[in-house]
Amino acid sequence: MSKDNNRRQTQNSNEKNTQSRRTMLKAMAGIPVLGLFAYELMEKKSFDRSKGNHLIKELGLDDIQPPTRISTSGEVDLLRIGIIGFGNRAGQLANGLGFIHPVTMENWRKNERLNNWLEQESLNVAITGICDVFDLHAENGLATAKNELLAGGAKHSGLPVKRYRTYLEMLTDSSIDAVIIATPDHHHARITIDAIQAGKHVYLEKSLCHTEEELYEVYDVVRNSNRVFQLGHQITQNVVFQQAKEIIRKNILGKISIIETTSNRNTADGAWIRHLDANGNPKPGNLQSIDWKQWLGNSPEVPFTIDRFYNWTKFFDYDTGMLGQLFTHEYDAINQLLRIGIPKSAVASGGIYYWKDNREIPDVLHAVFEYPEKELTLMYSASLASSRSRGRVIMGHDASMELGGTITITADNNSTRYKQKIQDGTIETDAPMLTVSSGSGSIDAVTSATEKYYASRGLTSTFINGRRIDITHLHLKEWIDCIRHGGTPSVDIEKSFEEGVTVLMAHKSYLEKRRVEWDPVLRKIV
Amino acid sequence: MHHNRTTYKPIQLITLMLLRFLIGWHLLYEGISKFLIPNWTSAGFLKESQWIMSGVSHWIVSNPKVLIIVDILNTWGLIAIGLGLIIGLFTRVAAISGAILLLVYFMNNAPITGIEYSIPTEGNNLVVNRTLIEAIALFALAVFPTGSIFGLDALFYKAKLKKITKE
Repeated sequence: MSKDNNRRQTQNSNEKNTQSRRTMLKAMAGIPVLGLFAYELMEKKSFDRSKGNHLIKELGLDDIQPPTRISTSGEVDLLRIGIIGFGNRAGQLANGLGFIHPVTMENWRKNERLNNWLEQESLNVAITGICDVFDLHAENGLATAKNELLAGGAKHSGLPVKRYRTYLEMLTDSSIDAVIIATPDHHHARITIDAIQAGKHVYLEKSLCHTEEELYEVYDVVRNSNRVFQLGHQITQNVVFQQAKEIIRKNILGKISIIETTSNRNTADGAWIRHLDANGNPKPGNLQSIDWKQWLGNSPEVPFTIDRFYNWTKFFDYDTGMLGQLFTHEYDAINQLLRIGIPKSAVASGGIYYWKDNREIPDVLHAVFEYPEKELTLMYSASLASSRSRGRVIMGHDASMELGGTITITADNNSTRYKQKIQDGTIETDAPMLTVSSGSGSIDAVTSATEKYYASRGLTSTFINGRRIDITHLHLKEWIDCIRHGGTPSVDIEKSFEEGVTVLMAHKSYLEKRRVEWDPVLRKIV
Repeated sequence: MHHNRTTYKPIQLITLMLLRFLIGWHLLYEGISKFLIPNWTSAGFLKESQWIMSGVSHWIVSNPKVLIIVDILNTWGLIAIGLGLIIGLFTRVAAISGAILLLVYFMNNAPITGIEYSIPTEGNNLVVNRTLIEAIALFALAVFPTGSIFGLDALFYKAKLKKITKE
C-alpha cells in the first residue's frame, strides 16, 4: 500500500517537474527572438559605422576635433570699455560682454533665455562710458552698464558709468582702455582713426568705411599702431565654421572655381524701414533729444526727420546699402575660408524694384567679382523683396559645400575624385555626403533617411542639447584676449581692408554703371 | 477550470505569436534608433502636427524642457513596449500602451483629406495608414493575449494560479 502510494507520489512530482520545466521553456519563447534582434542590430551598427567611418577616414576628416575654448585665465586686470553709439546692436554687444538692460532682463526671464545667458563666461570688463547723440539711447546704455546682474556670476565693478556728449570727449578720457563703435557707418572710419590715435583698442561694427579716402587712412593708422583692432564679423567664431576651414584645407571639394553668396530678405524691417513702433506710430526722437549736427558729422547738411534718423541705411550719404550691411558678412565668411583677398575686377547692377519709398539704395542687387589669379568667381545676389532661401555655396569640381548654421557637403555627379565611390553606391549625389551640425560639433557621415531629410532642410541646428553660446560674445572675447595677451584677432585690419576695397569696388561699379578694377600698384580702384 | 486562460488552436496561436514578435521588433527598433541618433528630437515631427493634436504638440515644441521629457518618454516607452511584446512580459499592458502611443502618432499625422504635410509619407493613404493599422493590431493582441502561454507572463500566471488553488 505505502509502496504504491510512494510510487504515485514520485510519479506526480515527476509530472510536476516536467510541467514546470515546460512552462519555463514556453515562458522563454521570446528570448531567441530578442537574440536575433540583437544580432541584426549589431550587424547594422557595424555596417553603418564602417560605411561612415570609411568615408570620413578616406577623406582625411577623422582627426578633426571640435575646437576647445580656452577660458580667461585666472587673474586679469579689469578692462574699462566705452561704447560709442548705443542703438539696437550695441545692446547685443553689451549682452556679449556680459551686461544686460533691466527691461531685456525681465523679458528674458519670462522665456528662459536669461539662464542660458547667465552661464556665459565673465570677461572681467566694465562698461564705464557711453556716448550717443540721442538721449534715450544714451540712457539705455547707462542702465545697461549700471545693471548689477552680470553674466558668468561676475560681481559688478562698482565703477561709475559716465555719459560723454561727444566721442572725442570719451577718447581723451584716460580711464577708458578700449572702445566699441556701433554708430551708423558714415562715422566708422573717422571714429576708429581718432580712437586708435588716442591709444584705444577698437572693436568696430561692420562696415569699415564709407569712402576710398577713409579706407586708406584708417588702414594706415590702424596698421601703424600697436592697438588691437577687430571688425564685427562674428561668423568665424561659429564652431561649424572652424570645421568648414578644415574641410577646405583637406580639399574635399576639389578645385573651387565658383562661389555663390546671397542675401534673402522680404520684410520692411529687413529693408531698413524701422522708424515705426509695433503700433505703427513714429518711434521717439526729436531735435530736443537728438544732437542732429553731431549725428550728421561730415555728411551733407539735411533737415532732421525720424525717417532719416532710424532708416539711414536707405541713403548713400551714410552707407553703401546691402553691400556694406549684408555682403560684408558674406565676403568675410568666404575670405576667412579661402583668403581670396581683393578681386581683380567687379561688376554690380540692380535697382529699386519693390520698395518705392525715398530710398537711394537698390533693393535688388547683384555683384560679380573676378579672381583670375585664384581662378575663381565670387558672386553676390541679394534681394530685399523675396526671402526664398538661397544658401552660401562654395562649388568645387568634386563636391559643393553649403555653409550656414550647418555645413552640408554634397558630392558632384561628375566628380573625378569620387567617381568610383559614386558608382559603387558608397557616395550618393542626391543627398548630402557629409554634414556638420553645430549641435554635436562633430562630423557625421549621413546614413539614415531622417538625418538626410533634416540635414537638407537645415533643421539640424534648431534644437541643440548642449549649451548655446552667443558667437558675438566669442568674437568680443577674442578681441579682449588679444588686448590682454597679445595676438591678432580673426578680422584684423588686413582682412578688413581687403573687404573694404571689395565693397567699394562693387559700390563704385553700381553707381557708375561700369566694370571697375583694382590697381595693386597704385593701390586704388580704377 | 482555468480562469480566463484563453485556449487557441495551434495555427491561431502561431499567428498571434508572429504578430506579437513582429510588432514588438518594429517598436523596439524605432525606440533604439531614436536612442542612437545623437540629439534626436521629436520637434520636427510635432511641428508638422496639424489635426486634433496640433495644439498640444505645438505647445510641447515651444517648451524646451517639456520637449526633452517627451523625447525621453517616447524613446524609452518604445523600447519598453517593444521588449515587453517580444519577451511577453506585461504583454497586455505593453500592447495597450503601444496602441495608445501609435494612435497619438496617427492623430498627429493623420492622412485626412485637405491636410498636407511637408514630411514625405510612405505609400498612398486615405484616412487609414499603417500607423493606424498597427495600433489596432496591438489592440487585437491585447484582446487575444498570448503572454501567459508563450512569454514571461506565464511565470507570473503560474504563481498566481498556485496561490488561487491553495486558497
